[in-house]
Amino acid sequence: MLKILKYSFFDLIRSRWSYVYLIFYFLLSVVLLFLNPSLSKAILTLMNVIILLVPLIGTIFGVMYYYNSKEFTELLLALPIKRSSIFLGQFFGVAISLSLSLILGLGIPFIIYGIFNSTAILEFSLLILLGTFLSFIFSGISYYIALSNENRIKGFGFAILVWLFMAVIYDGIFLIALNMFSDYPLDKFALIASLSNPIDLSRVMMLLKLDISALLGYTGALFKNFFGSNMGSIIAFCILVIWTVFPILALKIKSAKKDF
Amino acid sequence: MIEIIDLHKNFGKNEVLKGIDLTIDSKGVFAILGPNGSGKTTLIKSILGMVLPTSGEIKINGSSIKKNWEYRKSIDYLPQIANFPANLRVKELFKMIKDLRKCPDYDETPYVKRLGLEPHLDKRLSNLSGGTKQKVNLTLTFLFDSPFIILDEPTTGLDPAALIILREMIQEEKDKGKIILVTSHIMNFVEEISDEIVFLLEGKVYFRGSGDDLKEETNQPSLEMAIANLLKETEYA
Repeated sequence: MLKILKYSFFDLIRSRWSYVYLIFYFLLSVVLLFLNPSLSKAILTLMNVIILLVPLIGTIFGVMYYYNSKEFTELLLALPIKRSSIFLGQFFGVAISLSLSLILGLGIPFIIYGIFNSTAILEFSLLILLGTFLSFIFSGISYYIALSNENRIKGFGFAILVWLFMAVIYDGIFLIALNMFSDYPLDKFALIASLSNPIDLSRVMMLLKLDISALLGYTGALFKNFFGSNMGSIIAFCILVIWTVFPILALKIKSAKKDF
Repeated sequence: MIEIIDLHKNFGKNEVLKGIDLTIDSKGVFAILGPNGSGKTTLIKSILGMVLPTSGEIKINGSSIKKNWEYRKSIDYLPQIANFPANLRVKELFKMIKDLRKCPDYDETPYVKRLGLEPHLDKRLSNLSGGTKQKVNLTLTFLFDSPFIILDEPTTGLDPAALIILREMIQEEKDKGKIILVTSHIMNFVEEISDEIVFLLEGKVYFRGSGDDLKEETNQPSLEMAIANLLKETEYA
């Protein structure tokens, strides 16, 4: 698997898109740091962009990489290599190169700015960590979708739909539900609903870390109680890990059953 | 030795292989022929483990290939359509495949010289013509010197000079005592290189024997005519 990972990774970091992605983050951070006098404000704005954009780019890269390397994958399948190694290797190649673009693109400007000497280092590390989780989760989901759909248009459409659901529609339904059932105690429901969507979960974790949970009102207090405790943070990270592992397992099972 | 026992494969409702029984235990070149959609490529991909059979069994040298991948070390495969990662150079591709097969010591230079690939070694694969890609593909197939060789449409895109070299290469491998499976629609090519013909029709082995047997059976002067005759016959039957 490591060999496949190595080749996929080097194939990807030689492609133009990895650089475009890296430079985008680089410029975004530079501009935000330049415009914002406070580091936490820059991190907050960055979070709002990252929380939507990282899953979207992960989705697109995952799908595109699978379809683009399909013929080559068939060549690999005829070689004496285990099937799961081929697909897991390729997936990790995509996920790691995406994460690296994110880490370098955000990291370099912030390090130059002097993040290590500031109090915002924890917030910034959490942002990078969540971004990496989201890259893995969404490229995994979309890679799985591409593997399950022979038809490129269908696969692409479906993957984008999943992103749209997680990033936008889920919140819409969530808010409508909160509104409709506002006569009932909803704090537990709100907590569970935010825990089960990786994008919402990342957002809540980040907002609480930035200490602006007052914006979230009463529910915010509850969230602060939950995530503020050690147990809460551990549970939140466990859920992110489950979200990461689940598509990988599905990928492994699907690839073992598929005809090429 | 390749043993195929009652092999079935359905793609959804579409039955492609309907019970193939085939044993190949002698060395030589075996041509797998049949009309479009008769299941040639599906059969080959089943042997390689790329297509998973619905039922039936395939054994290579006596052991089943199910849930096994190491047997592929003994097979060299030339796919029908060769598409390589576009960013790679020819030289890098050779190095990579050798690395992936864990035999970095094999030397491709004799094949590269023979097929005239030297001027292309530093080019990116996306810039190669169809015929040159096929030559790269051939080099990768013959390089590893495995006891089984499977060639799916090896003549695609080759010029007459390369075709002659391909024939010589197949002949040399045969003389080494290998089992070679070939599919092709070019009957002259098949007639020249093959020892035995396996004719597939609608997912079953319809005929197996030498080219001469087939000509005799159908009363035709050439293999091309014999196959055409066979197809016509089955169409009206």
